[in-house]
Amino acid sequence: MRRVVLNEGADLEGFRTAARRLVAEGVPPEETVWSSDGALPLFGLAPAAEPVSPLRLPRAAAEHIETVVRHRDSERFALLYQFVWRVLHGERRLLEVPSDPLVHRLERMARSVRRDIHKMHAFLRFRRDEEATDERFVAWFEPEHFILEAAAPFFVERFRALRWAILTPLGSAHWDGVALTFGPAADRSQAPGKDAWEDSWRGYYESVFNPARINARAMRAEMPKKYWRNLPEATAIPHLVRTARSRVTEMLEQEATMPAKRKPEAALDAMRAPAITSLKQLNKLLMASDPLVPGATQAVPGEGPEDAEIVFVGEQPGDQEDRQGRPFVGPAGQLFDRALAEAGLNREEVYVTNAVKHFKFEMRGKRRIHQKPTAGEVKHYRWWLEKELELIKPKLVVALGGTAVLAMTGKSIPIIRARGFARFPDGYDGYITVHPSYLLRLPDEAAKAAAYRQFVSDLEAIRTIAADHPRGRVRAPAAAE
Amino acid sequence: MNHELMDERLARKLCILADAAKYDASCASSGAPKRAADAQGLGSTAHGICHAYTPDGRCVSLLKILLTNYCLYDCAYCVNRRSSNVRRARFSVEEVVELTIAFYKRNYIEGLFLSSGIIRSPDHTMEQLIQVARTLRRDRGFRGYIHLKTIPDASPWLIEQAGLWADRLSINIELSTEASLRKLAPDKNSAAIDAAMSQIRDRISEAKAERRSFSPAGQSTQVIIGADEATDEAVLRRTGRLYDEFGLKRVYYSAFSPIPAASAQLPLKAPPLTRENRLYQADWLLRFYGFSVDEIMAGGADGMLDLEVDPKLAWALKNRHRFPVDVNRADREMLLRVPGLGKRAVDKIIQARRHRTLSLDDLARLTTGLKRGRPFLVAAGHRPTRLLDRLDLRQSLVEPARQLRLL
Repeated sequence: MRRVVLNEGADLEGFRTAARRLVAEGVPPEETVWSSDGALPLFGLAPAAEPVSPLRLPRAAAEHIETVVRHRDSERFALLYQFVWRVLHGERRLLEVPSDPLVHRLERMARSVRRDIHKMHAFLRFRRDEEATDERFVAWFEPEHFILEAAAPFFVERFRALRWAILTPLGSAHWDGVALTFGPAADRSQAPGKDAWEDSWRGYYESVFNPARINARAMRAEMPKKYWRNLPEATAIPHLVRTARSRVTEMLEQEATMPAKRKPEAALDAMRAPAITSLKQLNKLLMASDPLVPGATQAVPGEGPEDAEIVFVGEQPGDQEDRQGRPFVGPAGQLFDRALAEAGLNREEVYVTNAVKHFKFEMRGKRRIHQKPTAGEVKHYRWWLEKELELIKPKLVVALGGTAVLAMTGKSIPIIRARGFARFPDGYDGYITVHPSYLLRLPDEAAKAAAYRQFVSDLEAIRTIAADHPRGRVRAPAAAE
Repeated sequence: MNHELMDERLARKLCILADAAKYDASCASSGAPKRAADAQGLGSTAHGICHAYTPDGRCVSLLKILLTNYCLYDCAYCVNRRSSNVRRARFSVEEVVELTIAFYKRNYIEGLFLSSGIIRSPDHTMEQLIQVARTLRRDRGFRGYIHLKTIPDASPWLIEQAGLWADRLSINIELSTEASLRKLAPDKNSAAIDAAMSQIRDRISEAKAERRSFSPAGQSTQVIIGADEATDEAVLRRTGRLYDEFGLKRVYYSAFSPIPAASAQLPLKAPPLTRENRLYQADWLLRFYGFSVDEIMAGGADGMLDLEVDPKLAWALKNRHRFPVDVNRADREMLLRVPGLGKRAVDKIIQARRHRTLSLDDLARLTTGLKRGRPFLVAAGHRPTRLLDRLDLRQSLVEPARQLRLL
């Protein structure tokens, strides 16, 4: 019979070394006795002359062992050795047989360890250390198993910027903002006895309890009594349980409330009034909004008179627009202004806006390079454009380029094919043409000049159509896609 | 406000505004993407941590409060309706932010679930809610969970904004039929609710496709049970549509419960907790067990579920010709229909039977529901032919009524 004595606690290293040697020597489980009182230095085998090779276990089995060694049951090492032995002797896939009595027992132990870790994450309460000069927190917790090392990283992930310590009767964990260290077992008296927020937390806990649903059994199943003494809110439980019935009876016996004279007609009318009745209000909402894709300096609202006859819709603000907070002020905007003037239109009299209201870019060195908005981004801002059109009721809506066409039609249509007069699905008439930035991008000077002339003639056509076109929607909107 | 000192005035407001929020059943903090605090920030996401349980057995995961319980709406079932004489209070944006941070640092909560009465206008109210979420995320580096109640009558633009900061958005339909809504919640409008829900659904799926974040933990809703005449069938049909059409993550059922300052329109009675429980079980069958509403309702009578046995057992009792099921051979779909066998037990059975032929003793180690399952299954050395024909089978499986209700 081989007697193995391991250190107290989750002595994974000790178990691993012992198991390797026993397996190497061919000692079957029934010839071993395991204990972990830590009274003896290591285990009752002669010191190893040479290192023994690691055990080849399936990964899931190795992980399972790491969990089960944390269990408090003194039989854990004997059971784990049986498990290791069987896995190495013809039952490599033993873990896949949850109905096997040994696997079932180990699984229950593993589950108990995992539950203990989970409950520690849930039920541990920090108290502020009032004696520390900076903000520092200390918790006292009594776990069931040897889980501190396994449970502590969770608190690092969550409270990385804070400094804290977790004290338990089985050891302690300390985080100084940089490193996690483990120390000796501690005593309750080493943790602060109170915290300034605990009364309000208890008040919150009492208030969310609904006496008409009392079910103390369900509570105890999830929050067993053993945890109560370290939970500041638990002192409220007896009173809540005791008074639940009378509180409900009181509610049931009470007469129905006669509505106090509360018919706030003025407030109700104000509430029901349309929230937005002018471009100014609309744009205020926009200026307070955040970009869908982070990065933009500010939102760029549309610009122009509220009674404009023509609305031009571009793609999205560019670098200059983002800095200045105004649409069409960069190079493309300047070209657009020139073309408008040549076509006999006045920039002051038309409304200019974009399908997307924030600049999206990619940094290339120090330059912010424009990125085309996605279909989802266009939809995100779509409500906005609808509102602008509703308030302005223009005669024509001009979509400049592919993104504007997508915003107005919900579809990607090649400009070449769609160029010209358009009937948009939401009931407005309008026109489709290129975006002025397209003109800037053409490499060939002759092509550029030709494209510019065509753009100007589009604008002239728009001016002519707008002259005797009715305002606003000319058809009922098509059903939503 | 002092960051680390809770004053009494704030503590009183907290009690009022927590009490006002407790009739919302949802407290889940799941489904958010994995996040951890950076060097300056605070908070992380984890799966299903409940920091406490109240004596009603419900979990406390989030700080669930209203920004204010002043409300212009007059929904008969609601403790905060404008005609109720309940005590009123109002938090500032900054107060909610400080409370959330202080509670979070002490490991009381997973995050915030913020809702509000309608004050001034739906837009104004929604802007305040967004302001809290934005301040927490952007100014305070908060990475814990945020659930925002969405006000369906607010501008769609504000829903677009809310989704940028929240892990989950929810709109409570509260009543499952339009007639009930008109009668009991005259200020609400079911078309607006549907429009807002489909807007959220679209944005969530677009954001997923474009790898952006928009309400990444999806949307949920709540239906009140027992305040109106709606049958279980009506509730479940609505639920089925919510899952199918709007892609909801969860539908919560909340038994209508006595409230202080009740309305004359809705007399109080004990909350129908058993009915609520059966609806949750049916909901589970819809989502994870491949049942249709028709099949579930066939287990009940007159559009109501059987209160004495769970809906899966009720279905099995009325479909005895489909049993017994051989646990060593049957496919997954059919195993899922065996009373007492949950999803996890079925997975384990399928795994184990590749290596062993399963007996009743083996099954006892794989499920805790064997007592209910026994008459419906075949295992090595067990064949329940007689049991299935017994007329008193149903009676033998009805659990003695537990103390579930107070009155």
